[in-house]
Amino acid sequence: MSRPIRVLVAKPGLDGHDRGAKIIARALRDAGMEVIYTGLRQTPDMIVNAALQEDVQVIGLSILSGAHNAIVPRVLELLREKGMTDVMLVVGGIIPDEDAESLKQQGVAAVFQPGASLDSIVTFIRSGVPVV
Amino acid sequence: MKTAERQFTTISGVPIESVYGPEHLRALDPLHDLGSPGEFPYTRGIHRDMYRGKLWTMRQFSGFATPEETNRRYHYLLAQGQTGLSVAFDLPTLMGYDAGHPLSEGEVGKCGASVCSLEDMEILFRGIPLGDVTVSMTINSPAPVLWAMYLAVAQQQGVDWSRLSGTIQNDILKEYIAQKEYIFPPRPSMRLVTDTIEFGARHTPRFNPISISGYHIREAGSTAVQELAFTLRDGIEYVDWAIERGLAIDDFAPRLSFFFNAHSDFFEEIAKYRAARKIWAYTMRDRYGAKSERSTKLRFHAQTAGCSLTWQQPYNNVVRTALQAMAAVMGGAQSLHTNSLDEAYALPGEHAVTIALRTQQVLAYESGVASAPDPLGGSYFLEKLTLESEAAANQYIRRIDEMGGMIAAIEAGFPQTEIAAASYRYQKEVESGERTIVGVNRFQSDDQPIELLQVDESSAQHQERKLAALRQRRSQNEVQKTLDALKRAAEGTENTMPYLLDAVRAYATLGEICDALRAVFGTYTETTHL
Repeated sequence: MSRPIRVLVAKPGLDGHDRGAKIIARALRDAGMEVIYTGLRQTPDMIVNAALQEDVQVIGLSILSGAHNAIVPRVLELLREKGMTDVMLVVGGIIPDEDAESLKQQGVAAVFQPGASLDSIVTFIRSGVPVV
Repeated sequence: MKTAERQFTTISGVPIESVYGPEHLRALDPLHDLGSPGEFPYTRGIHRDMYRGKLWTMRQFSGFATPEETNRRYHYLLAQGQTGLSVAFDLPTLMGYDAGHPLSEGEVGKCGASVCSLEDMEILFRGIPLGDVTVSMTINSPAPVLWAMYLAVAQQQGVDWSRLSGTIQNDILKEYIAQKEYIFPPRPSMRLVTDTIEFGARHTPRFNPISISGYHIREAGSTAVQELAFTLRDGIEYVDWAIERGLAIDDFAPRLSFFFNAHSDFFEEIAKYRAARKIWAYTMRDRYGAKSERSTKLRFHAQTAGCSLTWQQPYNNVVRTALQAMAAVMGGAQSLHTNSLDEAYALPGEHAVTIALRTQQVLAYESGVASAPDPLGGSYFLEKLTLESEAAANQYIRRIDEMGGMIAAIEAGFPQTEIAAASYRYQKEVESGERTIVGVNRFQSDDQPIELLQVDESSAQHQERKLAALRQRRSQNEVQKTLDALKRAAEGTENTMPYLLDAVRAYATLGEICDALRAVFGTYTETTHL
């Protein structure tokens, strides 16, 4: 049997609206993945360190406050610094179309906007992570 | 789908029978359960003539970027016929950080106006007579600080505090339960809230020092009954602390105000407001021995459900909001915010917020629903739903009583896990198509593009520049002296409000004041409940 996919669900920034992050964490767990939820107010440093320690294949960031253009590039930069470019970074939240495009060009694998189905998120992660 | 196969429930999952009649209301005692409008237990509303006497206050929650830009929006809204103001602060302000703090990066002015010092508060209300306009401020953990700034601005305008009318949200318990914008641990936070209630009872007889809020609990994914029960149980907790402080119930209870969500299930929402008034009236009278009629009347603000707004086909949000607003009005709200159609994307633009305000004006002046109080009272269906909401909420309230109160329940993660479970259940229903969201999981079509409000990083730079200039201008000595005095008061048991007033008048910044309190109270990190 293959090893379950390990995912870090993280909530960066000052915002406390964690309904989405919690639902995603539960849905990924129900889909058979191993999920670590960081809790609130994580800095990019804390997130990347947690990802390293927990040896995850995927990081999911939930951002609703509009701070994504400051936070996400910093996470990508840290992943590169630590040689963790094989970790898939996905972002969910209130991300306008043009910002979503720009984040994808910088290295984010996918941006899930409001209304994205849980199914589509699970499928995307499964198809993008190599089976080990 | 054939009717026989379909389950009919409210949006919160309460089963609905196929038809309601007198047999459902055999247990209903009109005198005990309803009263007339304006009569105990106020199930039918707190005023005899309701909106004939005075329409609800149309109060659009608003704030973005700098205090200068937000001040311009307030002047615009007042010119459009809005009758009260409601301040949205940005996340650094809500969390007690100044612009320029590392944690504020990327967040300044994004979700509301940035207010870092008394200077910003002066700018926010420039040209707005605080003696005439009622102002509501959505601020929680640092509420006493922002309130002190507001009181100081009123004084500068020459307005006596006894004339000030408005509200600070100041409801920290729902932050631990749902919205998660807390700074200090629960007990010192409750002490600060009690300080404001006590200060208000002495100095601001027309100001609401708290707005006990179910709105955010619902937005976090709770059911209507959970919103109702947790909010009222939070209210009980605040009352217990104020009484413990030595206040007499009738000296502060009349100024406790409430804030509920107006969600999409029309009848369930109206039942919720009616049940809330009834439970609160009996709680005040029987649990606390309130004698004043005003102590037993639950007054509430309502806001349409932000979480019901969809990114897909955003113009549909105008219709959702109109229906939700109608439920709030038919449920007897004292003030109302209607969301704008673009709020699944961003803070509202001027065009969108105008439509939202016009929605309320159409309801008030064209629809006829404001002509008679509690217009749906007596409906078999609504009365049965009201009784069921009340019973289910009372069950939760008893359970939390047995756990030792709301702080113990929060520490045990009880309301948090109940809400998380409800929110996941609802999302699964949407995913499976069991629940239809128009434009999202049925009736999809290409979206019409809408224009969005953009807030860029120039607000942060502007705020940082102003702060630097302020730090040059003010007396550093005076700032240090007032902060030291505040710390000593916080370590003891004195009311902190006079010390906060001194600190803000010396132009100590929000971040500096909150740091002083952090040094005394410590900070809070929650145990996560998935």
